[in-house]
Amino acid sequence: MIRTPLRPLARILPARAKGENPDAIERENIRRRHEEMQTKARARAESRLLVMGLSFLCAFVVIGGRMAMMATSEPYEPLSNVSGAVIANQRADIVDREGRILATNFETHSLYAQPPLMVDPVEAAKGLVKIFPDLDEKRLIQDFTGKRKFLWIKKRISPEQKQAVHDLGDPGLLFGPREMRLYPNGKLAAHVLGGASFGKEGVSSAEVIGVAGVEKQFDTYLRDPANGDKPLRLSLDLTVQAAMERVLYGGMRLMDAKGAAGILMDVHTGEVIAVSSLPSFDPNDRPRAPIEGEEPGDSPLFNRAVQGVYELGSTFKIFAAAQAMDLGLMNPETMVDIRGPLKWGKFRIKDFRNYGSALSLTKVIVKSSNIGTARIAQQIGAKRQKEFLAALGMFDPTPFEIVEASGSQPLLPPQWSELSAMTISYGHGISTSPMHLAAGYAAIANGGHYVSPTVLKQDGPQLGPRVMSAASANAANKMLRKVVSEGTASFGEVPGYAVGGKTGTADKPKPRGGYYEDKVIATFASIFPAHDPKYVVIVTLDEPEVYTLGETRRTAGWTAVPVAAELIRRVAPLLGLRPQLEPGQAGGVTLTSN
Amino acid sequence: MRGLLYILTALGVFGLAFWAYRENYATQQVLSETRSLQGQIGEAQVRLSVLRAEWAYLNRPDRLLELAEINFTRLGLLPLRPDQFGRVDEVSYPPDPLLDITNVIEVTGVEGQNP
Repeated sequence: MIRTPLRPLARILPARAKGENPDAIERENIRRRHEEMQTKARARAESRLLVMGLSFLCAFVVIGGRMAMMATSEPYEPLSNVSGAVIANQRADIVDREGRILATNFETHSLYAQPPLMVDPVEAAKGLVKIFPDLDEKRLIQDFTGKRKFLWIKKRISPEQKQAVHDLGDPGLLFGPREMRLYPNGKLAAHVLGGASFGKEGVSSAEVIGVAGVEKQFDTYLRDPANGDKPLRLSLDLTVQAAMERVLYGGMRLMDAKGAAGILMDVHTGEVIAVSSLPSFDPNDRPRAPIEGEEPGDSPLFNRAVQGVYELGSTFKIFAAAQAMDLGLMNPETMVDIRGPLKWGKFRIKDFRNYGSALSLTKVIVKSSNIGTARIAQQIGAKRQKEFLAALGMFDPTPFEIVEASGSQPLLPPQWSELSAMTISYGHGISTSPMHLAAGYAAIANGGHYVSPTVLKQDGPQLGPRVMSAASANAANKMLRKVVSEGTASFGEVPGYAVGGKTGTADKPKPRGGYYEDKVIATFASIFPAHDPKYVVIVTLDEPEVYTLGETRRTAGWTAVPVAAELIRRVAPLLGLRPQLEPGQAGGVTLTSN
Repeated sequence: MRGLLYILTALGVFGLAFWAYRENYATQQVLSETRSLQGQIGEAQVRLSVLRAEWAYLNRPDRLLELAEINFTRLGLLPLRPDQFGRVDEVSYPPDPLLDITNVIEVTGVEGQNP
């Protein structure tokens, strides 16, 4: 590099000679040198900026291009990370408390047609009608030869049918994979499970959505891919449920009833071990919903155990007795005036038979005296009765987790007058579902705690708030036992299981007001074993009628009670309950004095 | 000296390139194996769920009841009854086995040899 001197002698000397300041020349030179340096530095900076700009541009282009590629590419599973052997089902299974399958998925195919691809539409239509006799041949030919580009033929076909269609060999008939919901046990627990159907449908897959029961209630859980391998565990027991449905069906036929409902509930956990409503249906092939004008209660889809609200009659009497004891108004031996008929304004309360002039509280329950219970309700008062029944959950839809339960809003009197209090004490004027009744009896059976009925398996007791003292609940249990051992429910005796319970026979209300003379709802609400209750059993028969000992009988003691007894005899061993002697009962020993 | 360095570097690059090439193919091989394994697992899962559904279908209470009725003469199966519960002390234990007979002493003679 050639350096230009700042003070070149060639210019300094003549400048000095002229008497000029030579420093000016030096400054001038310094200025020039700085200018030069500046120009160089700018050029360098510019080139650097350019390079940097270019590299940023490249980086952005690469990132942008990659993003565009990712956005347009098909997603695929990352292969390198081993996510375990979980290939999620489309919908989680539903199992019973022992893990036996109640609902699962099954791979099938759907059949669709693309008429433009068809070789011989007429022949294909004829072949299809041979395989599926329910198809309309004319309509198919019209569709296949018309302008349509795509049509569904069958939503679900079996492997045999698929093979048969395949053998037709028409390229325009195509199959799409379908995951369908399968209920391997058929009608078993149909009302709890509900059913499922297809939601949005595409060629390669279809959404499976729950339409009723737990399938709909827990739809979000079941559809969540994260729960694909975590089945929904219900509290039902498959074996007990099967036994219940069989016994109930037999009982319904024998008693000539229109319908029947049964509930078996654990009194400590609130788990419903079995619940059934007859007539029933097959959730694999769910019948259509009742249309306008049909009585919804007659449809097999109607769940009598949860949806049906009925006046459950005398089964409510034990609540009045338990409350009277809990409030300290009475003890089991307190005498109650039962002289009748009891008049209240224009209304007259009568008993089924004349039981004399006074009975002890225990006897009022054992003999099922309406007048006696009404008198107890008078002493309790409408306000306190209302609070007590509300604490037992009789005012709200039952918390049982199926979607139909929200429809079980109990029917209450618009004004809770003293007369309402009196009729409600023996179960008239209030309509609840059998599930409400089961929860109420469970509170008496477990020593006074409310438990909410549930369909999910629980760990350990789930006792809710206390609604009555343990002593009064215990006394009420003893009364229930006496109803069976010496009262209206004597057919309910099952040796070894100390059944206690209360019968209830209520006249069915006519749709246009008033009550039928010859149509009743017979209910038996029971607990067993009465000295240490573990389970509540509710059996309700709709319009039962049995001809015994020379007359037609409809009362619960002759209809619902024998069915419930048979039910307990069948299911108690399945529940692992060993028959045992009641305390205080000397088995087979007759005490004598010498 | 410098020439040797160049040669060594070039050889190193060759070696690394060869190694990267091999690793690349090995990875692709493993990935395709994984893919096929995942596919097999998927198929097995589907098969398993079908088998489970079939097992549940074959064990449905209706069918078991029918089978019990059909085979009643052979098996005599009835619903569980309360009186079928037993107690542990009702179970009879097998009798103690007889002691082995060792060191046999003949106490009778053979027939026909009696005096």
